[in-house]
Amino acid sequence: MSEGHSTYTPKTGIGRWFDARMPLPRLVYDSFVAYPVPRNLNYAWTFGGILALMLTAQMLTGIVLAMHYAADSTLAFDSVEKIMRDVNSGWLLRYMHSNGASFFFVAVYIHIFRGLYYGSYKAPRELLWILGCIIYLLMMATGFMGYVLPWGQMSFWGATVITGFFSAIPLVGEWIQQLLLGGFAVDNPTLNRFFSLHYLLPFMIAGVVVLHIWALHVVGQSNPTGIEVKSKTDTVAFTPYATIKDAFGMLVFLFIFAYFVFYLPNFLGHPDNYVVADPLKTPAHIVPEWYFLPFYAILRAITFNIGPINSKLGGVLAMFGSIAMLFLVPWLDTSKVRSAVYRPWYKLFFWLFVIDAVLLGWLGSQPAEGSYVFMAQMATLFYFAFFLVVLPVLGLIETPRRLPNSITEAVLEKNKGGGGGHPARATAAPETKS
Amino acid sequence: MSATDIQDPNRRDFLYVATGMAAVVGAGAVAWPFIDQMRPDASTLALASVEVDVSSLTPGMSLVVKWRGKPVVVRNRTEQEMKDGEAVSLAELKDPLARNANLPADAPATDANRTMPGKEAWIVMVQVCTHLGCIPLGQEGEFGGWFCPCHGSVYDTSGRVRGGPAPENMSVPVFQFISDTKIRIG
Repeated sequence: MSEGHSTYTPKTGIGRWFDARMPLPRLVYDSFVAYPVPRNLNYAWTFGGILALMLTAQMLTGIVLAMHYAADSTLAFDSVEKIMRDVNSGWLLRYMHSNGASFFFVAVYIHIFRGLYYGSYKAPRELLWILGCIIYLLMMATGFMGYVLPWGQMSFWGATVITGFFSAIPLVGEWIQQLLLGGFAVDNPTLNRFFSLHYLLPFMIAGVVVLHIWALHVVGQSNPTGIEVKSKTDTVAFTPYATIKDAFGMLVFLFIFAYFVFYLPNFLGHPDNYVVADPLKTPAHIVPEWYFLPFYAILRAITFNIGPINSKLGGVLAMFGSIAMLFLVPWLDTSKVRSAVYRPWYKLFFWLFVIDAVLLGWLGSQPAEGSYVFMAQMATLFYFAFFLVVLPVLGLIETPRRLPNSITEAVLEKNKGGGGGHPARATAAPETKS
Repeated sequence: MSATDIQDPNRRDFLYVATGMAAVVGAGAVAWPFIDQMRPDASTLALASVEVDVSSLTPGMSLVVKWRGKPVVVRNRTEQEMKDGEAVSLAELKDPLARNANLPADAPATDANRTMPGKEAWIVMVQVCTHLGCIPLGQEGEFGGWFCPCHGSVYDTSGRVRGGPAPENMSVPVFQFISDTKIRIG
C-alpha cells in the first residue's frame, strides 16, 4: 500500500468484475497476502494479530451473553448466575468472556512493552502509537464497565471508587460525577448506562483498530533492529510467512487461555464479586481487576497535599498522568536509535521499568498501609522518572552500539555467529528456495 | 481593481460567520438533550427526604438509614465520645470547615458545629468517605470514630477527617428533629 502499486491480478471473471466495481479483494490481497513485512520479525510481533483475535472473541461472546443478561440492578446478579447454571453452554461463554478480558490485557501489555523495547513509536510511527494508546484507553473503559455488570460487591464498589475520581475535579466534579452515575450513588441508572456503553465501546475500538492498521500499512512495520526496510531482500510476503507465524502465536496463546477458562476460571477474578452488591456495606479491601492494579497503586501513592492540590485530586492527576505519559513517549525519547538491542543503557532501564510496573501492580493489590505506601510512592516516582528523565536524557548521553547497514545484514550476521544453527536458511534472497 | 475594492471584512464574511455561529448553536442545542438525559432523573430526585425513629437509640448506639442511595448514620454518642470531640483544637484538623448543610459554608469544624444546638450528643452524617466514596466502619481507627478500610482514612468521634487521603470531613445533611424521637433527613 505504501508503494502505491498493487500486484493483484484477478484470475476469474467474477474476480475481474468485482475488481472493476469495488476492489475489496484487491485491498485484502494487498494488505494480508502480498504485503511485505520485515524478514526478521520475532514472536513479539504476533501480538497485533492475537489482539485482533481477542477483540473478535470478546465481541462474539459478549453479544451472546447480552441475549441472557438483564441490565437491572434487581435482576443483574441473578441473571449472571442463570447464565452460569441454566443457559446451555452459558458457563463456558461467560468464562471465555471474563477470562478473555484478562487475556486481552495480557496481549495488549506485551504489545505495548514490545513497542517500548524496540522503539516502535519513533518517527514516522508516532500517530500509529497514539492510535494504539487510544485503543488502550477505550479498552480500559470497556473493561471497567464490563466488570460492573455482574453487580457483585466488587462491581459496585469498584464503580463507586472509580466514578469518585471525577468528584476530585474542582468546581464541576460533583456535577460530572452525578452525570456519570445518573444519581447520587451507583444504582440502577448507572448499571443501565454502563451496559449500553459496554456494548458500544468495542465497536469504537474496532473502528480505531482499522485506523491503527491503516496507519501501520502506510509506514510499514518496525522490526527488532529498528532499521527501516531498504530493499526487497529485507522483506518477505505477509502470506505465508507472517500468517503462519501469527497463527502459531495465536495457537500457543489460546492454549494458555483455554487452560485458564477450563481449569482456573476464577483465578483472575475476585471472590467478593460472587456476593450481590450491597450499597450499605463496603468490602474490607477493594481491589480493581488485576490489569488496573499499577494505576490503582499510583492513585493511592499520593497521600499528601501538593501546594493547592489536595491529596485526592493529586492521586487522580497522578493516575491519569501515568497513562498520559504513554501518549508523549514519541517526543520524550530523544534517541535517534530505535531498538533497545543497540542501546545498552536503555535496555537496562527498560527492564527496570518492567519490574517497576509489575511491582506497582503487586502493591496495588496490597492494603494501603504501613511500608506499602512508601514503596508505592518510590515505585510511582520511578515510573514518572522513566518517562520524564530517563527517556529524554538517555537519548542525549548514551553511546549506542554500531547499527548494521540493513536488516538483511543483521540477519546474516546473526546466523553466521549462531554456531551453525541454520546457515542454509539465511540466504540473501529469503523468498528464493535454494 | 474594482473587484478588490470591496472592504475587508465584507458582507460575505459576515454571512459566513453568522451561518457558522448558527450551526454551532444548533449543534449545541441538539447535543444538550443527549447529555441532559444522563443527569439524575425525577424519580431519583424525588427520594429527597426520609423520617427516622430514633427512640430506641441509647448512648453508644447507631443506626444507618439509606438516603439518596447513600447510608446516613445516626449516632447517639457517649459522654466520652463527646468529650473527645470537644477536646480537639481547630489547628489539629485537616479540614477546618464544619461541612454541615444546616450551617453557613464557612462555619468552623468545632464539635458543636457538627451537631444540632441542644442535641450535641447526636451525630447525623452521610457515612461516605470523602476520598472515593467507600463506607467507613464505625467506632474504629485511632480516634475511636470512623475508619475507611479502602484507603485508610481516619475520622474522629464527630466525623472529622484526621488522617489518610480523604480531603474533607464527612458531610452533615440537612436534617431536623421533628420531635424528641424523630429525625427528618433531607
